[in-house]
Amino acid sequence: MSATVEAERVTTGYGARDVVTDVTVTVAPGDVVGVIGPNGCGKTTLVRLLSGALAPRSGTVRLDGRPLASLARREVARRVAVVAQDAPLLLPFTVLETVLMGRAPHLPPLAFPRGEDLTIARAALARVDLHDLEARPLVALSGGERQRVLLARALAQEPEVLLLDEPTTHLDLRHQVGILDVVRELGRKRGVGALVVLHDLNLAALYCRHLLLLVGGRVAYAGPPAEVLTEERLAEAFGAHVHVGRHAITGEPIVLPLRRDGRVPG
Amino acid sequence: MRAPYLTARRLVVTLAVLALGLAASLAITLLIGPAHASLRIALAPGGGATPDATILFRTRLPRLLLAAVVGGSLSAAGAALQGLLGNPLACPHVLGVSAGAALAGVLALLAGADAVSGSVPAAAFVGALAAIGVVSFGARAGGRTAPHAVLLIGVVCNAIAAAGIMLVNAVVSYSQAQGVLFWIMGALSTQSYGLVGWTAVYALLGLAWLLRYSQDLNLLAAGEEGALQLGVEVERVRRAVFLAASLLVGAAVSVSGMIAFVGLIVPHLLRLILGPDHRLLLPASFLGGAAFLVWADTLARVALGPAELPVGVVTALLGGPFFIFLLRRELKRGLA
Repeated sequence: MSATVEAERVTTGYGARDVVTDVTVTVAPGDVVGVIGPNGCGKTTLVRLLSGALAPRSGTVRLDGRPLASLARREVARRVAVVAQDAPLLLPFTVLETVLMGRAPHLPPLAFPRGEDLTIARAALARVDLHDLEARPLVALSGGERQRVLLARALAQEPEVLLLDEPTTHLDLRHQVGILDVVRELGRKRGVGALVVLHDLNLAALYCRHLLLLVGGRVAYAGPPAEVLTEERLAEAFGAHVHVGRHAITGEPIVLPLRRDGRVPG
Repeated sequence: MRAPYLTARRLVVTLAVLALGLAASLAITLLIGPAHASLRIALAPGGGATPDATILFRTRLPRLLLAAVVGGSLSAAGAALQGLLGNPLACPHVLGVSAGAALAGVLALLAGADAVSGSVPAAAFVGALAAIGVVSFGARAGGRTAPHAVLLIGVVCNAIAAAGIMLVNAVVSYSQAQGVLFWIMGALSTQSYGLVGWTAVYALLGLAWLLRYSQDLNLLAAGEEGALQLGVEVERVRRAVFLAASLLVGAAVSVSGMIAFVGLIVPHLLRLILGPDHRLLLPASFLGGAAFLVWADTLARVALGPAELPVGVVTALLGGPFFIFLLRRELKRGLA
């Protein structure tokens, strides 16, 4: 049970404007692919493309070699789970009800969750450290807790591929690392491939084997963190001065911002 | 605090309690009315020919049953529209769906259709569908539905249909206009079990159709894109719910005119008590809405002594303030 999602030279956008242009990316089983880039560079649009929520204007998105558009939504949902950035909460469902919705693609349309589904949902909640909040309405939770509930829902889908759009934004340090540890562990143990949009370049360096640096909807650089995260490339992509050093323990690059005047504090 | 998720057992028990409540409401309200009628006399041997039996079983019972079907239809349609459009203030009346059905029904009546024939419900169904279509597609841009636009366009749609009805009323004869006005205001008087039966068939068909999509409506709480990523064929669900809701509203409006706010109050109260799961909420709204309108119609029959109020007046007087209360609550939560 493992699948490959690939986008081949995809272009799409909204209205007359192209937001993603000619992007090629492959998420193979067990891979953790990071997507980085400045605001508005098309990261979220790329996630929407790979999830099938948005159709490419040109190019193809494939799941295990078959065009996504040719597959039923239920089938895609059994294999690909998405954690979106600003998911709306339109009704006062409880935390457990929300996570159980991840089981919906695996169940007949009107079926009630079986014991096994409850076990999976509660295990997913435990993985994101929220097992004691299952009876709370989702609206009563903090932003970070909600984000973890949505990740638990994605885990309950038991997907072969995870697409995560800035999953760590609202999280504290412990849970940022916690969530990405879960993603990595799923990749190692079950061959789940993941594409993760990250703003934190240091987390990207720590967890991703492969990075995609998007600028203006195009892939500016792609490769392992050590190749992509260089002072020149980041300055070019973000228009910001940074210092790139080495992590004393992992040896991966670490990225530190610099003041615009380039001077030290004081 | 309610249970963390819906089980089959809780579904069955809750619906059984609500069904019992509806049956009890029907039994009690059967005995309430301006004229005195004794159930014992009517049910005694040979009692079928007594005035008591006529009042109870020819006048009151068909009317109560019709009220139950209409109230159930409007509430279930309201619950489904609230779920589908992701807007807690949606209901057939506020969105102009009832008015669209009424306008089409009025046109059919004036074209010579018999009020108890099948052509008025058919026309009302088409009118309801047209109004839902205008509201839902008018509020869509870039593949998303804008929640505030749904309400705004609904209000406009309501006004347009109301103006259409007034326009029609202005150009027809005085007696025709009187008949139309009485129909529009929401009257449930009927003496025909046949009419009740047909309306019930439409209503149960619409309800069953909605239930088929109840889990999809739950998933739509994640937004259209979220639902799609959970395996929902969103476009198909939208179309099906529109058709089913139009069937329910069309059937209700064609036999009772426009009855306001039933589709708003009942699903809301039930959602607060039972939680938002549509597998329970939709049938519960049907049963709860049925009981609600049975009581509202009883109030309409007895409140002014021998004179009778249109039931739409009662529901609007109860529902209007409730709507404002809800709007305030949503405003405070920052959703409206």
